[in-house]
Amino acid sequence: MSAFDRRQFLQLASVGGAVFMSGLPGFARAADAVPAMDDFYFVQLSDSHWGFEGAPNPDAHGTLPKAIASVNALERVPDFVIFTGDLTHTTDDPRERRKRLTEFRNIVSELKVKMVRFIPGEHDAALDNGKAFKEFFGATNYTFDHKGVHFIVLDNVSDPGAQLGDSQLAWLQDDLKQQATDARIVVFAHRPLFDLYPQWDWATRDGAKAVELLMPYRNVTVFYGHIHQEHHHMTGHIAHHSAKSLIFPLPVAGSQPKRTPLPWDPAQPYRGLGFREVEAEPRKAAYVITELPVQGA
Amino acid sequence: MNVEIDNKGFDRRAFVGAAGGLVLGAVTGWTLAASAPRVIEVVAKKFEFAPGEIRVARGEAVMLQFTAPEVPMGFNLADFNLRADIVPGKVTALPFTADKAGTFTFLCDVFCGSGHEDMSGTLVVT
Repeated sequence: MSAFDRRQFLQLASVGGAVFMSGLPGFARAADAVPAMDDFYFVQLSDSHWGFEGAPNPDAHGTLPKAIASVNALERVPDFVIFTGDLTHTTDDPRERRKRLTEFRNIVSELKVKMVRFIPGEHDAALDNGKAFKEFFGATNYTFDHKGVHFIVLDNVSDPGAQLGDSQLAWLQDDLKQQATDARIVVFAHRPLFDLYPQWDWATRDGAKAVELLMPYRNVTVFYGHIHQEHHHMTGHIAHHSAKSLIFPLPVAGSQPKRTPLPWDPAQPYRGLGFREVEAEPRKAAYVITELPVQGA
Repeated sequence: MNVEIDNKGFDRRAFVGAAGGLVLGAVTGWTLAASAPRVIEVVAKKFEFAPGEIRVARGEAVMLQFTAPEVPMGFNLADFNLRADIVPGKVTALPFTADKAGTFTFLCDVFCGSGHEDMSGTLVVT
């Protein structure tokens, strides 16, 4: 995003655009109550679909490495990087899946960032219930805390029916019980937790149950992937932000009969692809999102 | 379509009453046959539904009968909030009456393999 675009974006944000500000009651008392909160930023990358071959991206082998180079070229090193699923493109062959995961891991090992986190997408995990993903990256749902923000990673893809499942929902409920109602909570998932467009399978079958569990908490933001485009949505006071892909963009929900990739434009290669910076301001319970292109695009 | 069936049923009963010679069982049998939903068999296989297009009339009661010969599949017709799991070795029956006309997409919502994302079909309601 150019400097102008960034200013424009922030202006939009100031009138209720894509930047998320939540938990204003918490903001009023945050500065004194939680002195450990420091501003920081992280990077979200999503849907690299390593192993994909096809006309929608003639540079399928080059886009992910370019994105890694772009992250490494950022002026400031992010506190962490997270990949929100569909690291690899699906294959029916378990050996090929592991080969793709190996290649993906080798490529992202070039990141000059200490903390890199991963969550699976259905392409990585749905055909073996997350078995191969776990071999490479560990648990598919987990939590971590960073500078006053509680991060919750949900797995809504290892069940091929795109469900979190009762067990994970109980785990989420138990975790949330440990949090104050004004805690700064960020949720990562692959698929949207709300019914964005079920006609294209852009939903989580029991996602509403997770949102219901999160609803009592005043400062919750969700970052996800899956739909290969930027999208912003509110369920009550909870903001949901989807990220662009690193392989091909998908059309706006319902804008065409089929959920087919948007065609590659040789005049504007990598158009619609990219990643994002998220500047977290825990004291304000605010997250400033900046969309960035793949380097050289 | 329902209206048409009901009218025929009424006419038939009126005719039977006038004739006075037919047994009640015959009338009941006819009524049951007329009200039984039309069965539409759909096979969910890698990676398509067969048939890929289902045509019904608005208000027509149908019984969708799904089978999946290979792996577990799903049927999701989101515009009607209708879905079912389709398990190999079983027939999954789903009663359905469309209450609005139009063309609607249904899809497999159980990730079933490399062609899963192309597995969809069309419901045409006239």
